[in-house]
Amino acid sequence: MSVFSAIYMRDLRLHFRKWPELLNPLIFFAVVTTLFPLAMTPERAILQPLGIGVAWVAAFLASLLALDGLFRSDVDDGAMEQLLLSPAPLGVTVLAKIAAHWTASAVPLLVVVPLAALSFRVPLDVLPTMIGALALATPALSVFVALGAALTVSLRTGGSIIGLLVLPLCAPLLIFGARATDLALGGEPVAAPLYFLGALSVLAVSLGPLAVAAGLRVGME
Amino acid sequence: MSLKSWFHRFGSAPFVYRLCSALAPWFAGAAVLLIIAGLIGGLGLAPEDYLQGDSFRIMYIHFPAAAIGMGGYVAMAFAAAVGFIWHLKIGHAAAAAIAPLGAVFMTLALITGAIWGRPTWGTYWEWGDARLMSSLLLVFLYLGYMALRAAYEERDKGDRVAAVLAVVGVVNVPIIHYSVNWWNTLHQGSTVTRSDPTITGDMLWPLIFTFFGLGLLFAWMTLNRLRGEIVEREQHTRWLQDVLAGTAR
Repeated sequence: MSVFSAIYMRDLRLHFRKWPELLNPLIFFAVVTTLFPLAMTPERAILQPLGIGVAWVAAFLASLLALDGLFRSDVDDGAMEQLLLSPAPLGVTVLAKIAAHWTASAVPLLVVVPLAALSFRVPLDVLPTMIGALALATPALSVFVALGAALTVSLRTGGSIIGLLVLPLCAPLLIFGARATDLALGGEPVAAPLYFLGALSVLAVSLGPLAVAAGLRVGME
Repeated sequence: MSLKSWFHRFGSAPFVYRLCSALAPWFAGAAVLLIIAGLIGGLGLAPEDYLQGDSFRIMYIHFPAAAIGMGGYVAMAFAAAVGFIWHLKIGHAAAAAIAPLGAVFMTLALITGAIWGRPTWGTYWEWGDARLMSSLLLVFLYLGYMALRAAYEERDKGDRVAAVLAVVGVVNVPIIHYSVNWWNTLHQGSTVTRSDPTITGDMLWPLIFTFFGLGLLFAWMTLNRLRGEIVEREQHTRWLQDVLAGTAR
């Protein structure tokens, strides 16, 4: 069994053992997307385009909530030090953890975010694009969230600073993802932003784990 | 003198401190002269633009400020990387010295750009313009570097963690530069940094003056901040006590 699959299965099992914790970001997302129509007008013409933006932003903020679950529990019980000492490349280990985190947190988002968009009266034929854009954006999102988690892993009160670190890096994902969904709303071709999202995800997944590993080593010094 | 000996020289805090102290007054003097000459040229001598009239003259601040903001980030990332890879604390000191200055210059570029945009584009700001967005992102990266570094109680740890962030963010700088070629939104394309510049000579020379003038101003402020960083880090060493007491140079 390879290092990657061993750590991936371990982390996946640990995530699903604490499945109520996986629900927290989803509930946060539901609450936030509920607050917006309450604060603004429920008129369809305004709600539709705004709803797309709100759904994307809320999805990104919700994934910030899931940040702690990545490394915190391993740091607390000493498993992280063992992973740092192991002969396996830390980049591979980190990639496995990010992949498990993505499976546990982003995949449920792929279901919930389109539901929220539906509640904003977004037409059904926009949803495949929205789900596709999310599927392409969330790997990069998980990598950036992991970077934020690694850089603040030894901070006691890292919560407030993480947004400042992670969200600027996620801005291009948000721009292209929301753009793709907007184009789909107008019935125009969506290939261009989806290609950009795919490129960003490939770039993030290939180079990101190296940065995350470096950040972890420094954070655990 | 070999590259290796220069590497060791620049890694030594007393050498860098003395170098900064020696260079600073020259940089300040040259900066003042170049900026005054450039502003006289730009505000007074350069002809009116055929389309924009006199409103283009803010370019003489906007262009250098943006270039310095971007170049400063690359310098900061480079210094932080040197500090991270070779464990040279002076690299982290240099990156910490540059960070707030780069943020201020980039913000100045955004503000002067907004002032320029109002008469020419009709708007101060445009969400969705690639260059404006990536420039704003650069300001956030600067602020993120400073915040992350400040969040750690142990300064060395904060230096190294923030260095990772600085290096990750450097990818944004070429995006800012090429964004006007890749996307056609609002910000106009390159006028000067291209193979055949589309700017006339009598508008260009004041720009060169203010570019180098503001660059030297930035360098002067960085040198002073770097001296401050060195003093803070080396306050318990003998060489610094001697320098500050005036018994050594």
